Amino acid sequence: MLKIEGLSAEIDGKPILNGIDLEVPTGELHAVMGPNGSGKSTLSYVLAGREGYEVTGGSATFDGQDLLAMEPEERAAAGLFLAFQYPVELPGVGNANFLRTALNALRRTRGEPELDAMQFLKVARERMRALSMPEDMLKRGVNVGFSGGEKKRNEVLQMALLNPRMAVLDETDSGLDIDALRIVADGVNAMRGPAFSALVITHYQRLLEYIVPDRVHVLVGGRIVKSGGPELAKELEVSGYASVQAAA
Amino acid sequence: MTAMQQKGAEGFLHRYEGLRERLPGVRLPWVAALRDVAAVAFRASGLPTRRIEAWRYTDLRAVGEAGFDEALTSLEDGQDLPAMRGSARAVFLDGRFRADLSDLDGVGYAVGSLATELRKLEGRVGALARPEEQPLAALNTMLFEDGLVVTVPAGVEGGVLDLLSVASPTERPSAFHPRHLVRLEPGSSLTLIETATGPEDGRYLHNPVFEIEVGEGATLNHARLQQEGPRAFQLSTVYARVAAGGTYDNFTLNAGGQLVRNEIHTALVGPGGACHMNGAQLLGPGQHADTTTFLDHAAPDCASRQTYKTVLSSKSRGVFQGKILVRRPAQRTDGYQMNQTLFLSPDAEIDSKPQLEIYADDVKCSHGATVGELDAEQLFYLRARGIPGERARAMLVEAFLTEAVEGVSDPVARGALEAAVTGWWSRQMKDAA
Repeated sequence: MLKIEGLSAEIDGKPILNGIDLEVPTGELHAVMGPNGSGKSTLSYVLAGREGYEVTGGSATFDGQDLLAMEPEERAAAGLFLAFQYPVELPGVGNANFLRTALNALRRTRGEPELDAMQFLKVARERMRALSMPEDMLKRGVNVGFSGGEKKRNEVLQMALLNPRMAVLDETDSGLDIDALRIVADGVNAMRGPAFSALVITHYQRLLEYIVPDRVHVLVGGRIVKSGGPELAKELEVSGYASVQAAA
Repeated sequence: MTAMQQKGAEGFLHRYEGLRERLPGVRLPWVAALRDVAAVAFRASGLPTRRIEAWRYTDLRAVGEAGFDEALTSLEDGQDLPAMRGSARAVFLDGRFRADLSDLDGVGYAVGSLATELRKLEGRVGALARPEEQPLAALNTMLFEDGLVVTVPAGVEGGVLDLLSVASPTERPSAFHPRHLVRLEPGSSLTLIETATGPEDGRYLHNPVFEIEVGEGATLNHARLQQEGPRAFQLSTVYARVAAGGTYDNFTLNAGGQLVRNEIHTALVGPGGACHMNGAQLLGPGQHADTTTFLDHAAPDCASRQTYKTVLSSKSRGVFQGKILVRRPAQRTDGYQMNQTLFLSPDAEIDSKPQLEIYADDVKCSHGATVGELDAEQLFYLRARGIPGERARAMLVEAFLTEAVEGVSDPVARGALEAAVTGWWSRQMKDAA
């Protein structure tokens, strides 16, 4: 599904990613763990196509397509979803309008009929109930005045509605209390299946108790220094990143 | 145009000399006196130049150089008129009322043509306009031929009245100067939605003056959708006077025209009056639009809110000048003014000049101005959700305008405004493509 080979990228001339190799097969959920400054967020932004990052080497393909040559909206249309670490506030853009516009944009590219306001509300309400989100969050501006937990839940709601083939979750656990963490994890787990892949990016092992990965990769200094099964996350919890860094 | 035709202020004065025996009200001494006084004032002032403080950012030389002829009205009946809003419509073609195109049956108030009713309007024409201070009001007074006259009786809910101004296709530059009179008697209400349009390639000057009297406890919603043709000049002056407990809501969209001035003078003269003046200026290649407001707080316990938003694309220029005057008796005034500009192009320019002049001591008055571009983070967030770049930009522009548009309380007026904003955007996209 996602294949990253030798990916290097920099911001303002400063190298952040230094030759990442990573492959997530269809239907699998992989975790990328790493300390602060290891390039975790940069990896997610480069995959989603944010401006300001210069790819200096390597490749990333999504289902065989050259991901790096696509516009951000083309990547979304292809089925890639990025859950932001810091979801952006959009004052003046109603959450319902935003969600429906995004959903209909994707439905258009898939050749599916657009949903009218009523049809959309029905679908959205269902998803929101599953995430314990109050319905008035549809009426508010996108992420405006949302608590940290509400913002993250709104990300998961978007993921549930847009139904991507692959999700990159960038520190979705940060700022969540244990109840919110469980709700978010349930939201992700509900998506799992043979046609859904995910890359869960996190600093802490905590999230991986609720979302159990198929594989764990350790990112240090802009490179994957170690890969293993879910047990690797627990090892890191005990021994810390320093040990992996030293071994690498 | 003849070789001898005069331009600038002289051209208009010349026209007045030539037309005065044919202008409406020629046999009414009070009308003749108004026009003569205005002509004297206009002869002394000429068209305003940038040396005058109130016109520092807007240059009328292009208007002076155009050399206008009489409008040759040539629209086929009903041709290309936009759909009617609400239940009643008054249509003006080149500034002249067209009963045949209007639909005013069954309204619960008096409405008609100024030219027809002029002899009954002594004391109303010129009650608020100040031709000695505003040269364009002088020009209008000198040359007005017609206009809308509305009087909503006490306690009557007037509903929505659609005022449509259309300029007809013309080979030579034409000019018209309608004078509109709106009076709301105590406790009455009206929504007036005004649309001004004109041909794609015609040069014309639309110079309307409004005299608006809002009685005690009355409410006027006045939505102005300026969508003139791309070569047009619209120079409009609104005078409004709000009695105790009355409300005047003005929303002005400046989306058309080449050179536009929207000047509003509102006086809150009775306790507990309110005024909301909001607007959006959406400008594209080569357009210049100027919104200039004067808010006169003359009575205690009045509130005023002004929110003006300007979106500038390509090489366009916006101007906002807003003055709030709080007179000594106007205690407990609550005044707010905000002016925000969104740049879609590095070649655009905005001039913003807020001014507070306060003589009362118990007053809450604030103003602010911001300037910015579309936020790259917000744009990326939308696009990462699959929303194509242009749609994402449009959403952010609409979001920028939200605060001003939300100030329009009447749903019909708001719908008309939102449609106009959407139309402007798709036009920008088409031009860019």
